[in-house]
Amino acid sequence: MKRYVVPPLGGFSRAGSLWTSRLKAVLHTLAYVFLFCGVANAEFRFPMPEFASGYEHPAVHTPIPSNAMVGWDVAVLIAALALASFLVLKRRKRREIFLLTMFSMIYFGFVRNGCVCSVGSVQNVMAGICDPAYGVPLTVLIFFAAPLIFALLFGRVFCAAVCPLGAIQEAVAIKPVKVPPAVEKVLSVFPYIYLGLAMLSVAMGSGFLICQYDPFVGVFRMGASFSMLIFGGIMLVLGIFVARPYCRFLCPYGVLLNWCSKLSRRHAVITPTDCIQCGLCADSCPYNAINEPTPAEAPEARSKGAWRLGVLILLLPVLTALGFGVGGLLKEPLSRLHPTVQLAERIAGEELGRYEGTNIESEAFRASDTPNEELYAEAVELKAGYGRGGRWLGAFIGLVIGCKLISVSILRKREGYEPDRGTCYSCGRCFKYCPVKE
Amino acid sequence: MKPEENRGRRNFVRGAAAVLIGGTVLSAGRNRSPKLVWQIDPEKCTQCGRCATHCVLAPSAVKCFHSYSICGYCDLCGGYLRPDAKGRNTGAENQLCPVGAIKRTYIEDPYYQYKIDEDLCIGCGICVKGCDVFGNGSLYLQVKHDLCVNCNECAIAHACPSDAFKRVPASEPYLLKSDLERRIS
Ligand code: SF4
Ligand code: SF4
Ligand code: SF4
Ligand code: SF4
Repeated sequence: MKRYVVPPLGGFSRAGSLWTSRLKAVLHTLAYVFLFCGVANAEFRFPMPEFASGYEHPAVHTPIPSNAMVGWDVAVLIAALALASFLVLKRRKRREIFLLTMFSMIYFGFVRNGCVCSVGSVQNVMAGICDPAYGVPLTVLIFFAAPLIFALLFGRVFCAAVCPLGAIQEAVAIKPVKVPPAVEKVLSVFPYIYLGLAMLSVAMGSGFLICQYDPFVGVFRMGASFSMLIFGGIMLVLGIFVARPYCRFLCPYGVLLNWCSKLSRRHAVITPTDCIQCGLCADSCPYNAINEPTPAEAPEARSKGAWRLGVLILLLPVLTALGFGVGGLLKEPLSRLHPTVQLAERIAGEELGRYEGTNIESEAFRASDTPNEELYAEAVELKAGYGRGGRWLGAFIGLVIGCKLISVSILRKREGYEPDRGTCYSCGRCFKYCPVKE
Repeated sequence: MKPEENRGRRNFVRGAAAVLIGGTVLSAGRNRSPKLVWQIDPEKCTQCGRCATHCVLAPSAVKCFHSYSICGYCDLCGGYLRPDAKGRNTGAENQLCPVGAIKRTYIEDPYYQYKIDEDLCIGCGICVKGCDVFGNGSLYLQVKHDLCVNCNECAIAHACPSDAFKRVPASEPYLLKSDLERRIS
């Protein structure tokens, strides 16, 4: 077997001066020629020995990723959704719904480790749309679309009994208290903000925010970073008293489910026949999702209401434009979410002597021999991108706030107590409170 | 508005929403993609130590791999012995690995085989650095796919300062440094 001259220690450089890279090219060619004679020793300080004793290398253990369950997961998802729809719309038994919820928590959460879930799949889909090089596997697409389609047909049956995140919160909601409806309304803007931020983050390539701040995945895997466990712990303790805090005030996928469920073809109903307006169910919902019937006499003159509505509709474009403007101003803080921008600011700070010493990121960057200017240029471009993205995010949030204002000021005609199609999780708590039986 | 009319309109909006969902899915799925898994590009990794600390699993799903076919089988192994080691024997005080996961066996004069005990290895990369600096670089970190739960976003990938994590097809889930390696799965 032929051996190559091994360059002395100092001459061996990974960065590669012209000399070494030329040498490497030559050696690579040679290596190719001798590939069949043995191992190419060219790049290594120490030649690979030839053993007289007939020693053979052990094999490297390269287990393949387990693929077996993927088809299963999709099947279980669809089956659970179908069963949940049946239980919510036909069987109408809270206990049975709850059993399915616990099954989902155990299967999708503890057995399958909570990944990939429908909530996170929004990001994969967004990445698939924005980045032509990123492919979304079929499983993830189904996890994204199936709950939405079911919501279009039957309401949020996914939240009722399939989502593992919802399920674990449902399991701890032992002593739910009522959140004042006004507070609920205000806090319900947060999921929209979170959704917008997460989408911006994916579009700018700074990672999957929803996964980074998933409060329960650490519980499902029984181990996670400290901050993740703290966040999850807070959510669970809070969840004892404020039922489903993540679902109501954070879950970005819930926004899409809410929209779809508003259009649902059928939806869970409190009473199997006609509401006799006894009001017994009114306090049974821990989610403020039961709407009262419209009072017999209008609380205010029609003209007054119409006037206010007109003002609010005019306010809508104003709020959107305001959001557009404010969002643009948020360029700097938003862009700091991106690791490249963080790194660029760190490096610039180090160059100016603003920081003492280096951190892991800046050391890794300096070891990579990329010129600082390249990094700065990239950061400037990213900041511009965040400027544009921030405007859209702001406009979106402005629009959402405007729409919420309009929706609270419209008085819809309701004959009896009804679940709010958007926010009802179809958990089934209210069913047994209704004295009317079929 | 008559209820009939109302229902017709609702049906229409619902249909439109379904089309929207379908369109989103089609546009996101236009790149037909195989299942992807996370892997470390050994050329980019700088052995910062975060692989040991940032995985959602404890101990980490990242382990040290050894490409035997590019190993020098050195007696004075940069990955095995501390630079300030008093002797070249297997005494714990001489070993670089904080958990003693590297097993050294004598083959023939002057060669030694180094094998990683993956049950012990925590993926800290200390030995990798030693081997990179003083040896052939035959030790390097890889995500072990019998352990990794394939998070939608790998927590280490997010923390990695060297951008060394990438998604690779599940059918080819390792980035081994040498093609000549014998593998068992
Ligand atoms: S609101 Fe979100 S987290 Fe809660 S059950 Fe529904 S999808 Fe799951
Ligand atoms: S986090 Fe990145 S640089 Fe650090 S050891 Fe892991 S792969 Fe290497
Ligand atoms: S030094 Fe770290 S990476 Fe190397 S074998 Fe030991 S635990 Fe594993
Ligand atoms: S994907 Fe998850 S389990 Fe696998 S290495 Fe990354 S953090 Fe660990």
